[in-house]
Amino acid sequence: MAAPPRHATMQSISNGSTAQGTDRPQTQQTPQAQLSQQSPGLRVPSNRKTIYDRHLNRSRNAELSRASFAFLFGEMVTYAQRRVTGIQDLEKRLNEQGYPLGLRLLDLLFYRSTSTSSSALSSSSTSSSPPNRPLRIITLLHLIHGPLWRLLFNRAADALEHSVSPDTPNEYMITDNDPMVNTYISAPRDMSMLNCAAYVAGIIEGVCDGCGFETKVSAHNQPTELWPSRTVFLVRFGDPVMEREKVLERAGVK
Amino acid sequence: MRRTRVDKVNAELVTLTYGTIVAQLCQDYDSNYQDVNKQLDKMGYNIGMRLIEDFLAKSGVGRCANFRETADMIAKVGFKIFLNVTPTITNWTSDNTQFSLIFEDNPLADFVELPDDGRAQDELWFSNILCGVLRGSLEMVQMQIEAHFVSDVLRGDDTTEMRVSLVRYIEDEMPPEEE
Repeated sequence: MAAPPRHATMQSISNGSTAQGTDRPQTQQTPQAQLSQQSPGLRVPSNRKTIYDRHLNRSRNAELSRASFAFLFGEMVTYAQRRVTGIQDLEKRLNEQGYPLGLRLLDLLFYRSTSTSSSALSSSSTSSSPPNRPLRIITLLHLIHGPLWRLLFNRAADALEHSVSPDTPNEYMITDNDPMVNTYISAPRDMSMLNCAAYVAGIIEGVCDGCGFETKVSAHNQPTELWPSRTVFLVRFGDPVMEREKVLERAGVK
Repeated sequence: MRRTRVDKVNAELVTLTYGTIVAQLCQDYDSNYQDVNKQLDKMGYNIGMRLIEDFLAKSGVGRCANFRETADMIAKVGFKIFLNVTPTITNWTSDNTQFSLIFEDNPLADFVELPDDGRAQDELWFSNILCGVLRGSLEMVQMQIEAHFVSDVLRGDDTTEMRVSLVRYIEDEMPPEEE
């Protein structure tokens, strides 16, 4: 709902732009405009207050009350809790709710990284080259640890580590010492294993999948004395990803 | 009014999280949008009951003398604190018990397009949680109200308008007067 699926978006954009053409006073009616008048679709306000008329960066630095987020997230968890059988099930559900967000945030991240770089360069070329999607695991993880975290939480994550065990070279860990999403969640004693940052894990999973890295991501409580709600996001890449990684390494792809 | 620093988060995180909530409900209720509206209102009610305390603490405002003052407080203080918007108050009935809030901006609906299924634009009130929030929070301060959306730009309307009606003041359960 936050944004329609990829193909639907493209579809609607083309619909929307032709439909807008018909709304405006105009001198000639193009065949496309006539077509779109007949085709069913979403109604749009006559004052064109649609998502397509609004700059995608408008809310880039906008802020809202943290309480509003806490209330919404709390209600989301409570609602999910009534429909599940256990902690794992609940975390799975939260993860699934975050996943589509990750897919879309990825596009947003790339869109914004191009628009800033092109304006910074102020190059003569009008069409900036499309941004490079990460090909290697490390580049992808840096994207999550830095830009994604900054977009969501206004700061980078606290640590990025690779599993030291030779048995699990596909495991990486992203640490957040004090995840904002958990600030106002207090789990009952019998659910102390629960980590509602599973929602964020889902977002990470969506970002990875969107880049073509099949992954499972889970959130785990790893409290320390200093950081009681420290959370480790365990990122486990699938075998095909690891195989491709080896090929890319041999080919010298960065 | 006391000025308290309000802790902030990235607005897009709030917007997107609300989006996933509505999307999840649409999925759970099999796109029965009437049920989704109801559930959103219910969630809002739960939020409102707790939010009022936060509102009173942050705003430091006192009791409203009449419903017109209440409307002002909702639009200019409440919505400002929690959604950083100030809806316009309009269309009062002559007995001062009903008004409309017109939302020029609605952060909950940023990035949103309703499903193109021929029904959502006629049945779903995307921001319906806000009605519940008003209902829940005002009930905590002895006002029984009814709130519903009458138009939404997401439905192709030119404005987003919520209608709020005072049903009654809840006299029986007045808390003891503070010293």
